[in-house]
Amino acid sequence: MRETEGLGNRLAYRVERLRFRYRHDRDRQFGKGNEWALKGLRFEVQSGEVLGVIGPNGSGKTSLLKLLSRVLRPQEGEIYLFGSQLAEMSQDAIARLVALVPQDSRQIFPFTIAETVMMGRFPHHRSRGRLFGFGWEGPEDIRLATQAMKETDVAHLAHRSIDNVSGGERQRAIIARALTQQPQVLLLDEPTAFLDLNHQLEICMILRRLNEKQGLTVVLVSHDLNLASQYCDRLMLLKEGEIFRLGPPEEVIRPDVLAAVYRCEVLVDRHPMSGLPRVTLPARSPVRSHITEQ
Amino acid sequence: MRITGWKNESSKETEGSAAVFSVGNPVEQSTLTASIEHSVLSARRWVVTMLTLAVASLLVMMASLRFGAEEIGLADSARILLQALRYGDAGTDSSGVIILQVRLPRVLLGFMVGGSLAAVGVGLQALLRNPLADPYVLGISSGAALGAAVAILLGIGTTVLAITTLPLCAFVGGLMAIVIVYRVAASYGRLPIHTLLLAGVILNAIFSALIMFITSIMDPNRSFGMMFWLMGTLAAPSYPAMVALVLYLVVGGSILLWQTQSLNLLTLGEESARSLGVEVETVKKTVFFTSALLTGAVVSVSGMIGFVGMVIPHAVRMVIGADHRLLLPASALVGGTFLVAADTVARTVLAPAEIPVGIVTALGGGPLFIYLLLYRKSGLAL
Repeated sequence: MRETEGLGNRLAYRVERLRFRYRHDRDRQFGKGNEWALKGLRFEVQSGEVLGVIGPNGSGKTSLLKLLSRVLRPQEGEIYLFGSQLAEMSQDAIARLVALVPQDSRQIFPFTIAETVMMGRFPHHRSRGRLFGFGWEGPEDIRLATQAMKETDVAHLAHRSIDNVSGGERQRAIIARALTQQPQVLLLDEPTAFLDLNHQLEICMILRRLNEKQGLTVVLVSHDLNLASQYCDRLMLLKEGEIFRLGPPEEVIRPDVLAAVYRCEVLVDRHPMSGLPRVTLPARSPVRSHITEQ
Repeated sequence: MRITGWKNESSKETEGSAAVFSVGNPVEQSTLTASIEHSVLSARRWVVTMLTLAVASLLVMMASLRFGAEEIGLADSARILLQALRYGDAGTDSSGVIILQVRLPRVLLGFMVGGSLAAVGVGLQALLRNPLADPYVLGISSGAALGAAVAILLGIGTTVLAITTLPLCAFVGGLMAIVIVYRVAASYGRLPIHTLLLAGVILNAIFSALIMFITSIMDPNRSFGMMFWLMGTLAAPSYPAMVALVLYLVVGGSILLWQTQSLNLLTLGEESARSLGVEVETVKKTVFFTSALLTGAVVSVSGMIGFVGMVIPHAVRMVIGADHRLLLPASALVGGTFLVAADTVARTVLAPAEIPVGIVTALGGGPLFIYLLLYRKSGLAL
């Protein structure tokens, strides 16, 4: 029970000299095999913190999330999860502490939404030795799944097949599955990418509520700089596998910083309600070109 | 509703927004819980489904005993079976000999072969995330057949040890094929269906060429028997060989059944499965190993019988859902029953001559599969 002893630790993650590169044959063929996707990251995530990871395409955001959940293993460096070495933990022990909401969650088999959400109970079943995971879900599992499904607004879809619902509904079901894992840390990869406006807001509200009431630690990768700025305590801006800037939104969402990383000029002003930085892409010249031509 | 930064917001607003998401009253909650209970697999549904299928299988097997060149009524065959169970033998009348020494071994063999092929199909489909996966289509059966053919050529298959060495050689051949298929498919990250099928087609071509080469250098009498075996036949082996087969199937089947919950999660993809606590590499190796074991054992006695592993899981999944804890054993029962029925057709339609059952399954299963594909236009697979 080493992993539960560490829960009192105020650090959710401590990451040291983290270096990682992909080793697919396919990549090596194109001469990319020797390029490091992450080049020696060093940072900490406080317990109860919401950390946003932002950066251009290919800057290593998704790789970082996969390393934090040990879906991938790093070549060098150490990751400590609540004080325990991640590399030494068993996969189901990690899954009881960390839930990952991946970017791509397509499913080709006709599992119902309820069955998909219930899969979040798997790591807990294993620990209790219920016939090595063959055993049935108990009333407690059903209660937890129901609660998660109501929170993400998919309870009415329980009987629907996951291969037969919209991308947004599937995404909310996957988030419900992650909540059903009862994790201490939630890792999300582009959680709002497929969602329409009201469900984007709902997911953000849920994350925020879990963060405030249960002290859930959240690490989310997002392309949406405004969402990251509004909802994260700190932002990590990655550039080509290195941390370019790590700090509160005010220090990261700045025209000079963004221009250096994204190589384009943006406008940064203040959100009218929160006062937090807000990014706007530059508009075209107000004078329409076809009017000037005439 | 307004978008507000959550750090700068007043506590009053926080409560207000939380209230929006606390859905409903206790009555509503209880109905919702019920609806979720019905959408997941319960122990009760598992038992009811399996019992129903088991009874149906027994009925079909009993009916199958009745058919053949010699007309023996259902009542007679039941009497002979009961007698055999009670006294250990059924006397010396011709009906007893036909039922116990010709038809019963054949029906039992058909049931085991069909069940194993369907179970292997379920495992491969989950592992490769591909509802078209099938030991026959992917070339695993021909790998196993090649292994068995080599054993026969080298004379290992004709010794006293034949019972154990033949399935073992077939197992090695099958494992080789499965590893090649997976290597080809996995080198593209997400497994594309067409690449996988193409790999299977090419493997099949190579293995078939090698098997034909072996057949061509054999003495003609033996090569004819081998050709008939390759086409898929349930001409029953001896009882000792059957017992050996049962052992292989019980071991392989139990291991596969033990992995069903992990198979459920593997359908989400390897990375998601890992993030949910599955030891992916271990499960993968176990399923590969078991699939090769079952395929090898089955192919070494009955040759190449196709499409059972693809059509049966597919059809069963449509009816009872995708949860492998039920899908795997249910497919095994349905697959076994299906092959018994197919074999009954194979040995009666041109009686007293019989056609290889592999031809019947391909002719029956192939078009059915195409129909399923057309019927489900959105397509599980394509």
